[in-house]
Order: sequence, then C-alpha cells, then structure tokens
Amino acid sequence: MTASETDFAGGRDVLARRITPERKLSDSSVTASIKISVRNLSFFYGDHRALVDNTIDIAANRVTAIIGPSGCGKSTHIRVYNRIFELYRDQRATGEVLIDGRNVLSPSTDLIELRRKVGMIFQKPTPFPMSVFENVAYGLRLHFRPSRRELAERVERALRDAALWDEVKDKLGQPGTALSGGQQQRLCIARAIAVEPEVLLMDEPTSAIDPLATAKIEELVYTLKSTYTIVIVTHNMQQAARISNFTAFFYEGAIVEFGATKKIFTNPSEKRTEAYITGRFG
Amino acid sequence: MIARSRAGRRGADVAIKVLSSLAALAGIAALAWILWEVLRRGAGAITWEFFTALPRPPGEAGGGVANAIVGTLLMTSLATCMGVPAGIMAGVYLNEFGQKTRLGAAVRFSANVMMGIPSIVVGLFVYTLLVVTTGHFSGYAGAAALAVIMMPIVARTTEDMLGLVPNELRESALALGSPRWKATFGVIFRAARSGLLTGVILAVARVSGETAPLLFTALSSPYWMDGLGGPTANLTVLIFNFAMSPYAAWQEIAWGASLVIMAAVLTLTILTRAVFREVGK
Repeated sequence: MTASETDFAGGRDVLARRITPERKLSDSSVTASIKISVRNLSFFYGDHRALVDNTIDIAANRVTAIIGPSGCGKSTHIRVYNRIFELYRDQRATGEVLIDGRNVLSPSTDLIELRRKVGMIFQKPTPFPMSVFENVAYGLRLHFRPSRRELAERVERALRDAALWDEVKDKLGQPGTALSGGQQQRLCIARAIAVEPEVLLMDEPTSAIDPLATAKIEELVYTLKSTYTIVIVTHNMQQAARISNFTAFFYEGAIVEFGATKKIFTNPSEKRTEAYITGRFG
Repeated sequence: MIARSRAGRRGADVAIKVLSSLAALAGIAALAWILWEVLRRGAGAITWEFFTALPRPPGEAGGGVANAIVGTLLMTSLATCMGVPAGIMAGVYLNEFGQKTRLGAAVRFSANVMMGIPSIVVGLFVYTLLVVTTGHFSGYAGAAALAVIMMPIVARTTEDMLGLVPNELRESALALGSPRWKATFGVIFRAARSGLLTGVILAVARVSGETAPLLFTALSSPYWMDGLGGPTANLTVLIFNFAMSPYAAWQEIAWGASLVIMAAVLTLTILTRAVFREVGK
C-alpha cells in the first residue's frame, strides 16, 4: 500500500460510521434513482473540443464528485447542466443532458426555470455587492413574490440550512463582501438553496478557502445531500473520498471511470484512475 | 567586453531624474499660474450682484451673469439627461451584449473617434441639424451639442468600468436564474457604481467648460431666458464675448465667470476623487 492509500483509508474509517446505512444503497448505482442522465455530451471552445462523448448518470440525493487533472474538462462538464456556458459566444455543447428526463440543451428549455432548479456554487465566493440579507433575498425576489414576512422567514431558513445563521444573524444589514471567505461561500450556498433548487453544482467550492472553513462546507454538503442532488468538482481527492457517494474520473475531456466512490478509490478498474488517485500524475 | 562605468550609470540616473522633475514642475506651474491668475483677476467681480443681475450694457460698471449661470446649469442638466442614459446604455451594449460583435466594434470605434473630434465640429454638426432646420438658435440645440460630446465619454467609461467587474459575479447572477438585464442593472451596476458615477461626473465637468459647441447652437443672450426655445445665455460664450470686448467692466465680468466655472469644475473633480477614495476602502 502506498502512503496516500493508507491516509485515505484512515479518513474513510472515520466517515464510515456516519454513512454506512446509506452506503449500501449508493454502492450500486441501480438502486439509487437517477436525477441527471448525460448522453454523448461533447463541448467545444471555438474549434477546440474540450469534452468527448461524456455519458454519465447522476444519482438523486447523492453526492457525485468529479475528479481529474487540471484542464481535463471537469468544470466545463458541469457548466453544461445549467447552460451557464452560453454567456460566452464561442462555446457550444452537443449531446443530451436529461434532468428528470428532459433535455436541458433543447432550445425550448426555460433557462430561468432551469437555473432555479439547478443552482451553482463557484470556485471563488461571489457575494453580490449588497447586504447579507439582500444577497439571499435576491434570488427569492427573482422567482417568487414573497411578502415581507415570507421573505424574512425564507432568508432565515436558507441561512440556517447553510449553517451560517448563527454567525450572521446580527449583521444581516452588513455587506456580504465583509464576511470571511468561508462565510461568503456559505452565503452563496444559502443564496442558491433559498430558491429551492433540486440540483446543486459545486465548482471547486473550497479551493479558495482555508482548511477550517473547508471542513464546515464539507459538513454542509454532507447534510444538504438529503435534500439536493449534488455534483461537486474537486481537485482534492481526500475531499472526494470524504464526501461523495459516486466519483467520476475525467481525463482529457473523457470520462475514464465512473462508479461508487469506494470502488474508485480502493479498487479502480482503470490503470489511469489508479495512477491519478495514488498521485502518480495530475 | 568593457564593463559599464559606475559614474556613467549614476550620470544617466541623475539626468533622467532632473529632466522628469522639470517636466512635472512645468506642468504644475502652468496650472498654478492659470489658477492664480483667474483667482486674482476674477475675485474682484464676485459680488452678490454678480450672481443675481443681468449683464449691463457696454461701458457701465457692475452687472452680473445670473442669466448665463442659469442657462449653463439648465443646458448642462438637459445634456446630462440626454447624454448620460444614452452613453450608459451604449456602454452596457459594448461590454455586456456586443463584446465580440461587428456592431460592437463599430460602436467602440466611433465612440473613440467622437472623443477625439474637436468640439467645434460637434457645434457645427448640431448647427446644421437643429439650428438651420428650425431657423433659430436655441438652448435645446446647445444641450444637444453638449450631449453629443458627453455620450462617447460616458459610453467608454461605462464599458471600461463594467469590464472590471469579474465574470464570476455575472455568472453567479445568471446561475441564480436572473435574466441578463436584471443581472446587469441589479448586480453588475451595483458592483461598478462608483466607476460609473465617476464617468458621469467627468463627462459633466468636461462639457461645463465647452464654448465651441455652444457658439453655433445656444449662441448667447443678454436677457433672461424665456425657456430654452431661443438663444440662451451661458457662461462660456459670455466669457468668449466679454473677454474680447474693449470694455474693462465686461472684461472683469469675464474673469469672474471664468472663476465660477473653474471652481465648479474643480469641485466636481474633487468630488470624483472622493468617490474613488471611498471605493478604495
């Protein structure tokens, strides 16, 4: 056993106590219901093909981690789910991304409703230039017509669900940008879950945050998965091992291996997966 | 190879320092001289009457520029109301919607050219467009000429300031389900607000000192205005006319009017800096 495998196995034991009952279900992808089906997804930056025929199923109410070396298309892949890539003129996707059986890439998709259902957390925390309260209220006002009381209740609930309420309840009027990095990221999570999404896409949500704050966010991801289907892109393999039920290994735009996290990290079928998770490249 | 001599390097260093300091001093000295001269000669004209009365006929002492102050304020305000929204919307198009489009490139190019066009050409342009066709000079034509000057300035600063807003912020607003226009005005504008405000203030400061575009449009008037429909008194053309006149009283009024404009522009500029400093915090 290499050193990194030993470390990782130790981490798994700690976590195993908390997740054993559920693990039985998620170990076999057949038993977890499927929320998102990606079929032959390819992606182009101009003429450059960044994703090659990605096909993957994302289980509902589970955490699916996407790992792989830099530039392998992890972020590009999840940026198709909410069609955020369309902000840029020269980016294009082909294939199908079915969420609850409906292809989000179809021209008839209502983007605003799609993005309410599929929230996104970015690498760098992106609080809006407004107060903590208004940050969370922004999305609520976009999609609903809340009364003043409903708004206050929903904001509080979202902040509680994002494990941030106790830290900010006395400074709801302060600018969101005045919070610490980790708090800002949890504010962004609160903002995303306030509009009652079904899927949460997280694009390296802890890579700009210190280890303590990262632990808080990982814990949060853990509790959130009972309500949401979570897809998390991460550079940190320990993180993938700690928090995900399923893991997909991307390499050069293709999905090399996908399966239960336990299997990927203990008994990968592909040589390249094994080489990557044991730190031999990437 | 021969090593460079230490004395040679020192010499070059000193020479460059001295030359650049002299150039800086020359710039400051010119500005200080203008400020001092305008202050010295204009201060005497500043009286209560100066702000409340009409100009007197040539040869008579006293009189004021009240009508010109009102005219300049009104025309600048009207120009701001026309030029700023149009400029901001054009800037939004440039940065948010037409970034890599041909129309965007064409708009950016013409805005850059328009900023370099001598303002007297803008005056002549509006003259043929609004004065010749209506048959008379008017404050509206003056305001239009000022608005034409403001628009490209506001458009380009708006584009630049929106360009400074990180794309992540744009993406997170859209990822939340915000339509593009709401993301732009609700989130991006807030993030860029001080920069946008600075652009507007600079544009206002710039046109409040313009004479040439008003010469052929608003003209001037010795009377109280009857709306902006006819020739309209304004400070800059008044300075131009009075300073060239042979009457000492008028010349003094011209100095006073210069001082008023200078103080106003200086105040605006300092205000802009204060806004910037607040943002830096």
